[in-house]
Amino acid sequence: MVDIRIPIGLMFSIVGIIISIFGFFTMSNTEMYHKSLGINVNIIMGVLMLIFGLVFLFFAFRKKKKA
Amino acid sequence: MRVDLSWIDYLIMIIYFLFVLGIGWFLRKFMKNANAFLEAGRSMPAWVAGLAFISTNLGALEVMGMTGSGMKYGMLTTHFYWIGAIPAMIFLALFMMPFYYGSKARSVPEFLKLRYDEKTRGLNAILFAVMTILASGISMYALALLMENVLGWNFDLSLWISALIVLAYTYLGGLSSAIYNEVLQFFIIVIGLLPLVFLALKDVGGWIGLKAQLAPIAVSRGFAADAFTTTWSHSGQANANPLGTEWFGILFGLGFVMSFGYWCTNFLIVQRAFAAESKAAARKVPLIGALPKMFVPFLIIVPGIIALALSHDPGKGFTIPADASGGLNYNLTIIMLLKQYLPTGVLGLGITALLASFMSGMAGNVSAFNTVWTYDIYQSYIRPRTSDEEADGKHYLKVGRIATIAGILLSIASAYIAGKFGNIMDFLQTIFSLINAPLFAVIFLGMFWKRTTGHAAFTGLLLGFLMALLHHGLTIPLGATSLVKGGWIATLHTYPVEMAQNFWTAIIAFGVSTTVTVGLTFLTKQKKTDEELNGLVYSLTPRTIEDKNLSWYQRPVGLAILVSVIFLILTIMFW
Repeated sequence: MVDIRIPIGLMFSIVGIIISIFGFFTMSNTEMYHKSLGINVNIIMGVLMLIFGLVFLFFAFRKKKKA
Repeated sequence: MRVDLSWIDYLIMIIYFLFVLGIGWFLRKFMKNANAFLEAGRSMPAWVAGLAFISTNLGALEVMGMTGSGMKYGMLTTHFYWIGAIPAMIFLALFMMPFYYGSKARSVPEFLKLRYDEKTRGLNAILFAVMTILASGISMYALALLMENVLGWNFDLSLWISALIVLAYTYLGGLSSAIYNEVLQFFIIVIGLLPLVFLALKDVGGWIGLKAQLAPIAVSRGFAADAFTTTWSHSGQANANPLGTEWFGILFGLGFVMSFGYWCTNFLIVQRAFAAESKAAARKVPLIGALPKMFVPFLIIVPGIIALALSHDPGKGFTIPADASGGLNYNLTIIMLLKQYLPTGVLGLGITALLASFMSGMAGNVSAFNTVWTYDIYQSYIRPRTSDEEADGKHYLKVGRIATIAGILLSIASAYIAGKFGNIMDFLQTIFSLINAPLFAVIFLGMFWKRTTGHAAFTGLLLGFLMALLHHGLTIPLGATSLVKGGWIATLHTYPVEMAQNFWTAIIAFGVSTTVTVGLTFLTKQKKTDEELNGLVYSLTPRTIEDKNLSWYQRPVGLAILVSVIFLILTIMFW
């Protein structure tokens, strides 16, 4: 059947990229990040999600090569 | 209480929906017969089924309710995740799963049929089918209402669209699709709520700062200073802790009767383990689920506790809106926290996490409903199996798919009824949930005592249920204003809080059910031969060692020890 790690990996990579780009372009917007205690959570979460997604993809494709 | 979303928040939501539907679409071509559709072909790896196992339980009402309970009861809410779940999950994995999985039963009602008789199955199947529809209807209504009030979406539109998305992916890919999506939803829920916990904790000065802020609040309510941040310390007396329950009620009512009733016999949950690829995998499913389960409180309960501190700090401008009766609407706690801390972007992620939790809960109900309907009602009473296995597989696949559509439509109908007659629906749901504790008594006796008879089990199940109903009708929690909470016959006893009433209802249901079943077993004759009970009863099943060559963490027992150790550490840390 389908390896569930592929859609999970893909989704988190895509959303991660979008959120980190958004975070990058709103970096100077202190008013927006006032809520989050001045922390640009978009960049942090975006990068974390991208890493998370890539790890899933890595394991999914490594297994595929073996098989 | 409005939360304004921008295009980026909607974009994240849409990407998530596309993936959810995409998974269903890719799986559709594997759905060749009823077995693939309703049982996921018994092919799921243990980790996938394990994450789905807890994800199904992590529905939207659970997430919103637990954050609200965190604000009401503090750290004592973690009892629902630790003592009220972990021992039961370990017991299910080690002692019950070999018989469930080994019996080849496709559902919990079918196990009752194999172990006992047709009438016991019938009673359980019908009650369970009604319960799943009610549960998914009520959560659908709550979600659509939330979308209307908080996001300003149209009520009917949110209701139908969310229902149709769940319908699309469960119709296309059946249980496999529900399980795969539950895994995806699990990660979305965790990652979506992570920034909230991090920011909220940082804002209140970490755990130590939180403790300091909660001390005066606890004292002003007549508790010890650490009452909101400890779990067992003040459980000596019911009125010494915010939960209003003493250690016996927590340990026996929640930790044993309610939790074993829920985790070991609720088909909604157990179905995920039935879908595992082997008996060894099925035994690992609850344990793999237990590992993240123990840490879920930090994601959903701790923010609720922080909300309590925030609401007493005027500088934060944090309030919880009132509900219709004028009290705080605790269910909105998580939404208010998301609004307080998350900027555009991660806010969309947080809202998507709530939607994901709603979908995993609803898909769980629907995929359990269609299985019980197809196998335990349709196949047993309407059109039995024929000799042509292949044609049967196709026929029951069609029935399963129609049941999926019917299940969703009935849920939508019950959502609208819930909107009109909310109290009646809550009442019905309370009543149907009373079935769990007696069911555990009957299944437990069946698995570990070969003498237990069908007549005894059926009567035990029915009387346990009726006595629970009677107890609910005769007692009332303090300050209850509607008959939904109990006392609809007369008021003989008043409990300090609703939780205590729930615990005792379950204890009575379990006690009556056990006594009646044991008593009647001595008075009735066992109709099943030892041969028939092979694989269903502990003493009649030859023990096989299936995991000799596996390393410790791949064995159920090794995993169970790991889970127990973490459970003990957490319990002591937050004693």
